[in-house]
Formats: sequence, structure tokens, C-alpha cells
Amino acid sequence: MAIVETRALTKRFDTDTPAVDNLDLATREGEYLVLLGPSGSGKTTLLRLIAGLEQPTSGEIFIGGRPVAGLPPRARSIAMVFQSYALYPHKSVFDNIVFPLKAQGMSPDDRKAKAEWAAKLLGIEPLLKRKPRQLSGGERQRVALARALVREPSVFLLDEPLSNLDAKLRAAARDDLKTFQQEVGVTTIYVTHDQVEAMGLGDRIAVLHEGRLRQLGTPQEVYRDPADTFVATFVGSPPMNLIERDDMIVGFRPESLIPGPVSPDHGITITLRVHRTEYLGSERRLIGYLEGAAAETRVIVAAHASRPIPTPSEEIQEFSVRSEDLRFFDRKTGERIQAETVPARL
Amino acid sequence: MTKSVRAVAQAGGRWRHLLERERFLAPFLLLPSVAYIFALVAIPFGLAIAYSLSDATVGDPSFDFVGLENFRQVLDDPVFVRSLRNSIFVTVVTIVCVVVLAKILALVLVENFRGKWLVRFLILLPWTTPVSLAAIAWLWMLDTLFSPIDWVLRRLDLIDGSLNWLATPNLAMSAVIAVQTWRIVPLAAVIIMAGIMAIPQDIRDAATVDGAGFWRTLFEVTIPLTLPVTAVATFFGAIVVFADMGVVYVLTRGGPIDATQVLPTWAFFRGIQGGDLGQGAAIALFALPVLAAMAIVILRQVRRMEVQ
Repeated sequence: MAIVETRALTKRFDTDTPAVDNLDLATREGEYLVLLGPSGSGKTTLLRLIAGLEQPTSGEIFIGGRPVAGLPPRARSIAMVFQSYALYPHKSVFDNIVFPLKAQGMSPDDRKAKAEWAAKLLGIEPLLKRKPRQLSGGERQRVALARALVREPSVFLLDEPLSNLDAKLRAAARDDLKTFQQEVGVTTIYVTHDQVEAMGLGDRIAVLHEGRLRQLGTPQEVYRDPADTFVATFVGSPPMNLIERDDMIVGFRPESLIPGPVSPDHGITITLRVHRTEYLGSERRLIGYLEGAAAETRVIVAAHASRPIPTPSEEIQEFSVRSEDLRFFDRKTGERIQAETVPARL
Repeated sequence: MTKSVRAVAQAGGRWRHLLERERFLAPFLLLPSVAYIFALVAIPFGLAIAYSLSDATVGDPSFDFVGLENFRQVLDDPVFVRSLRNSIFVTVVTIVCVVVLAKILALVLVENFRGKWLVRFLILLPWTTPVSLAAIAWLWMLDTLFSPIDWVLRRLDLIDGSLNWLATPNLAMSAVIAVQTWRIVPLAAVIIMAGIMAIPQDIRDAATVDGAGFWRTLFEVTIPLTLPVTAVATFFGAIVVFADMGVVYVLTRGGPIDATQVLPTWAFFRGIQGGDLGQGAAIALFALPVLAAMAIVILRQVRRMEVQ
């Protein structure tokens, strides 16, 4: 168990824009930290820097309080699970799992005991003699985890380990991953571009964009109080509605819209021209355009399927958002601000 | 005017429909190579079998069936036995050298360094050189009087006078093996290099994270994963070396005293220069089972590895 910390970490490849840009980030002890961002946001590069597979251009990395600059991956007390699982295709499951132990010079008896312990923990004992190609996606993931586990690392680094699984398996594997981490209690850094995964798994989420840390917080904080318009639209599906008004941007979540007007003391009233509605089983959505706005502004309303919302097309409808559900952003920088005057209508 | 345009379009359409029909297209595309193989492989092969069973000579090419007489005579000939042994020896030693050198070369070539493309180009050059030209160049390199290799060795005070490369049995054999290796290594290196580059980056990264150093990664990851490709490179190399007569013919003519005689040169000396077409064909046919056995062993090996 260890804390991973980066200070002013920068990584430049050949391009002008840095892949990781002056990044300060620290995990907590035994924490499940998710790095969330779109592709190209630098999340995988950050993970590889921590692993020691890439060398930083500048800045420092500490693992368990120890600077690890110049240390090879094996000396960093980390274990990594790759997106493709990167199992050695010519080795049996058992040989895959003991490979890191062999590299450490552990005796064959100890290796065997260790591998059996890890296999039992992950429920893959019957598979030990098989080759990776004879395994399903979920089984491969467990083998990759077992291989990471036997070294008893102080940090787990997971690079999109669920993205190669089909949707059904992914949900089950996500549960397994969380349970597994809670059992082992090792600090885990988990990279994903899937915000549902991030919300479900992370103790905290670090949202990255263009190599910079946009926000670090619990799933609730990131969802309820996004630090800027990027986080507001990247986290949450459908994303937060953003409406430009004078020199600021007003934001509110689709599910915070309530049919009908409200008094200016308690919130703001929004007039929408209904475009269409969607029924999604557990949820209903209404897509409309802001009535009377200069530019066409799309607004999405989400409501529990049991709650009726107006359906006719092209009809003008009034909705309201309570004051506590409103968020304000600077129109130029996109950063979160406190609004002095709140408009009564939009 | 419009009518003729339509007619052309229709004719084009009919032609296109014909090409889209698999029953027509497949034979159509295969025809040139089938004709080529038939004319240049099947007919000579059939002729070789026919000649080996006849008493045809250059002076009297008329066909008289003599059964296995040619094979009996060939097997009784000590030079033939020596040629067969030499052929196998040269092929095996060359391939061992090729696998080791090509692997090292491939590992160097996959690294990133300045002027990489130039080095790759230079390394491929020996492979693009025709066998006879390469062998003649080596003939000069190994000349009794003017050999630059001897000159260097003399300067280093390692030898007095000259080594007489091609007139000393063991040295002549080493020279043949060296030239064959020099000739085969580039292609093998490029094939193995492709195999190394096909190993996913994730697997290499995983080995690094798992704490495997250079040697462990080499022997436990890189070599096992490039084994099928290496086997293919070996297979091609072995066949090229075993069937080659150019190098031995130019360098030593099989000498001194048949010390470097191999099957293809012996078949040539017997059948063409000696005029005994029947025996020449019989000698050449002895290469067939050896090559076939080699092909089967290696192909099975590759298949076994693929199944795993």
C-alpha cells in the first residue's frame, strides 16, 4: 500500500502539445483512483509514466514517498494490467502467473504456492494448465490480475481492463474488480474513458483533458459540482445542459428539470419548444430547443419513466430548475463561478 | 451514336459480369502461374525422372529403359556419398550460423538509431546480388596471392605467407559455408525482424513491468514468439543452400579432391560435363527426399506451434 504522487509532471512527445502537462496529482492510501478522460487526454501516458514505461520530460513521481525517477518498472513496486491483458501467448496460465516471480529469482516451491494462492483468490485454479488462447475474455482478465497480484505490489495500475469485454461481461467484471480491490486493499489507479465505469468504480475520479487535470473529486463531486464546462459535459450521460447568458454559462443536469414554472425566488423558468421525446425503459427523455434564444440551443430533459412529461412535438412547454441545481461558468474560460445575479427566465 | 455507346456499355457490362463469376475468375487468375509452373517445374521434373531410369548420354540421348541401374551405380560411387554428406553438412552448419546471426542482426535492426534505413539497405544488398557475381567477388577475396583477408591476417601477425583458402580442404569448406551464410543472413534477418516487430508492444511492456531483463525477455518472450517465423526463414534458407551449385562451382569446382563436392555440383559434373544424363538425373533426384523431409519437418513444427 502506498501513495502515488506526481509533481509538475510533464511529458512531451515529438508534437508541440504535451501529452501530460504540468500535472499535480496524489492518491490516498489504498484508494481506487480513476483517471477519466477522452482519448488523447494523456491518461494512459500518465499511467505509463507512473509505471516507468515512459520517462517524464520534467517533473517528479513519488511512490510511497520515494522518488522513482530513473528506477526501472520492476523496482517501483507496481503491477500493471494492460488493455489487451498482454498474456504471454506461448506460456500456460501457470507460467504466465509465475513469470514475474521467476524474474525475481523466487524458488520454484514458493512460486508454485504463490501462484496457487493467487489463482484461488481469482477463481482460476482449473485453468492453470491452459494456454491464453483457450480462455474467454473474462478469464484472461483474471489471469492478468493474478499475474499482477503475485508480486504483491504496493500499487496496481490498470489500463482500460474492461474495454475488450462485451457489454454483459463488462458489468460482471466491473463488480469483480471492485470486490477484488477491496479484498486486497492495494492503491489502484484505473484508466478509462467510460464515465459510467469511472463513477461506479472510483473512490475518486481525476478528470483529464489535453494533458491537464481538470478536476479531482469523488464521483458525486465531479457529477454535482463540475469544475468547468469540460467536466460538466464529459461526465454524465446525457451531459449537463449549458446555456449562454450574457458573460456566463448557466448549467443544469437534464434530470433537474421539472415541468411547470417556478417563482424567481426558488429557481429559474425555462421555455422549450419540444423537438422529440425518447422512451428508454427506465427513463424518458425530451429533447427541445430554447424558445426565443438567438442561437439554436438544445436542452435535454430526463425524467424517471414513471413520471409523465409533455410529449407533443413543436409545442411550447415551460420547465423549471431549482436554484440549488444551477451551476454557473465563466463564458470565456469555462471555469466554475459563483453568480451574483441569477436570471429569472431563460 | 447513343446506340453504339449503349452497345459498348453492354459489352463492358457482360465482360464485367463474367469476371465477377467465381467459376470463371479463379481459373482465369490462376492460369498464368499454372502454365509457368508446368513449363518450368513439372516438365523438367518429369524429364529428370525419365532420364534417371534410362541410359541416355549427351552423345546418345535416345531413351532406353534400364530400371534402377543408374541409382545402383550412383550409390556405389564414393564421390556421391561424399557429396551427399557435404551437402547436408554445409546446409546444417550454414543454417545454424544463419539463425544465430540473423537473430542478432534482427534485434539490432528493430532498435531505433540514426541512419537505420541506410543500414537496413546495406544489409539487404548481399541478398540482391546474383549468386554467381557474389561468388566471383568472394573468389577474389580468397585468392591465393591477393586475398585481402590474408593481407589483414598477415598485418596482424597471425599468419605467415598465405592461407591458400580454396586449396585446403577444411578452409575451402569453411569458405563455402561462410559465403552461403553471408548470402542467406540478410533475408532471414528481415523475416525474423518482421516477426519481432509483430510482437505486440503490450507484451514487451508486460515483460518489462514483470521485471524481466534483456536476456530473460529474449529467451522467454522474443525467441519463443518468433519461433514460427524463424522456422520459415530456416526452411527457405536450407532449401536455397541445399539446392545451390553456384557458390561451390565458382569457388572450388567441388575441390580440392571433392572435399567440397555437393549434390548439385556433382550432378552437373556427372550429367552435363561427364555426359551421363541418366546418372546426373539420378544424383539430382537424391536431393528430392532430403528437401521433402526438411519441408515436412519444418512445416509440421510451424503447425504445432500455431495450434498451441
